[in-house]
Amino acid sequence: MKLTKEELNILSILEENHNVSTESIALQLGISEEQAQMTIRKLEDEKIIVSYPTLIDWNKIEGKETIVAMIDVKVTPERGVGFNEVAEQIYRYPEVQSLYLMSGTYDLSVTVEGKTMNEIAAFVSNKLATIENVVSTTSHFMLKKYKHDGVIIEGNDDKDRRMVITP
Amino acid sequence: MSIDFQNYLSTTAKGLEPSGIRKFFDLAASMEDVISLGVGEPDFVTPWNIREATIEALKDGHTSYTANAGLLELRQEISNYLKRNFKLSYQPEDQVIVTVGASQSLDLAFRAILNPGDEVLIIEPAFVSYTALVTLAGGIPVRIATYADNDFKVTPEQLEAAITDRTKAILLCSPSNPTGSCLNRAELTEIAQVVEKHDLLVVTDEIYAELSYDEEFTSFAAIPGMYDRTIVVNGFSKGFAMTGWRLGFLAAPREFIQVMVKIYQFTTMCAPTMLQLGALEALRNSADQVEKMRQNYWRRRNFMVQSLRTIGLDCHTPGGAFYVFPSIQKTGLTSEEFAARLLQEEKVAVVPGNAFGASGEGYIRCSYAASIEQLETAMKRIGRFIQSLELKEEKVLEKVR
Repeated sequence: MKLTKEELNILSILEENHNVSTESIALQLGISEEQAQMTIRKLEDEKIIVSYPTLIDWNKIEGKETIVAMIDVKVTPERGVGFNEVAEQIYRYPEVQSLYLMSGTYDLSVTVEGKTMNEIAAFVSNKLATIENVVSTTSHFMLKKYKHDGVIIEGNDDKDRRMVITP
Repeated sequence: MSIDFQNYLSTTAKGLEPSGIRKFFDLAASMEDVISLGVGEPDFVTPWNIREATIEALKDGHTSYTANAGLLELRQEISNYLKRNFKLSYQPEDQVIVTVGASQSLDLAFRAILNPGDEVLIIEPAFVSYTALVTLAGGIPVRIATYADNDFKVTPEQLEAAITDRTKAILLCSPSNPTGSCLNRAELTEIAQVVEKHDLLVVTDEIYAELSYDEEFTSFAAIPGMYDRTIVVNGFSKGFAMTGWRLGFLAAPREFIQVMVKIYQFTTMCAPTMLQLGALEALRNSADQVEKMRQNYWRRRNFMVQSLRTIGLDCHTPGGAFYVFPSIQKTGLTSEEFAARLLQEEKVAVVPGNAFGASGEGYIRCSYAASIEQLETAMKRIGRFIQSLELKEEKVLEKVR
């Protein structure tokens, strides 16, 4: 799909901060607020803007720590539907945070979140591995998140080191 | 015996007026939680690939001098860059110098062309260093005031009126700090006719060239007939977000370059080697990031101009750089009063317009090199400040009645 310059501009503003007001978007692009709202609605309807998630560092909150595992899954694709059928079987589980079809030595990359390692282990052995077309699973537990969705979790780059007034 | 230090200082140095920004800086720096629209440099950190290239250069031991004019490889890239972006043709071997910032480029240019008493026309409001640089090089700065009604652009008539038989050069800055005004091809061509007629030179400060939003940027050297009369000053600070690196360059006819290199080799030797290698990466692999920053500034420019007008301050639309220069005349305050009170009452720092020359009186310079969230907050505060001024005025009027 080809987008207009205005649509692309709105996307890059929202990508940086989805909390921005439509008034601010309108001022930044020199368009009316109604126009901004309409364009955003159109982009949402067309599923170009899919959703507005908030990046939360749960591990900072006592009692809310989460464990993340990335699981490489090999599957036998089914005639006619390929990987889609088995993918759907996997992404229906609420424990699954993301699911990608990959090229290379395995087929599906599954990200699973849980409160404990046991919880994730139970999910893998009881649910994931028992799916008919799943041939094998390899689980990797995530130790530390440095960067997520283009955002550096604990970086220093955005610190303003400039003097208050310069010529 | 105590000595009177004043007796030992140079008359020229003593005669320089201190930058009007300085005392305001001291005031703002002493306060906390200030939102600053007073910063004349990008809020972006230098792109990582450029920083990494410099780290690698240091690891590899690039710690010795380069040629006075800079690494030939870098001059070649500068030459390519000037051709690609601005359609300018300069030979890397003898028409380009890598300097320690565009300010030094200006310094070299004036030292190379000025004889004692030569006059240089400076279009105000202007960057704070210009008059001082001309004076230090033995010249006489001649100020030309421009105003908002002509978007702070100089007219050929104004130039004609200021030219004497001692006029040597015109110093142009487009896009301009502090007004953001841009001179387009047609306006530059008009200036070129005056330059030709009076046999003048032009030193053109094009440090904000990358940050042009509405019209395609035109270098003065690209105007027909002006190549031989122009010294192009540019650098990495603004477009590439590399202010602290202090890296600029000069491009000019080789006869000028020869003299400037001579001065440069005695005063500076060369620009820092590892930083030159970083600059090489900047020119080779950063165009996308420069464009992204430009888009960002463009959106903030629109936001600022619209917001200031909504607040009720007159504001021309600056075509480039990252400054807006709104009028505060309707408040009845001077630029300095306005800036000082805004800082004290709402903790927003701006630079009083008169710091950039007398014709900047009645204006303030707001830099939009800040995040959109900060700009939104700053605009709310300025709006509240203006309202509080209006309320006070109404009360005074009531009392009079």
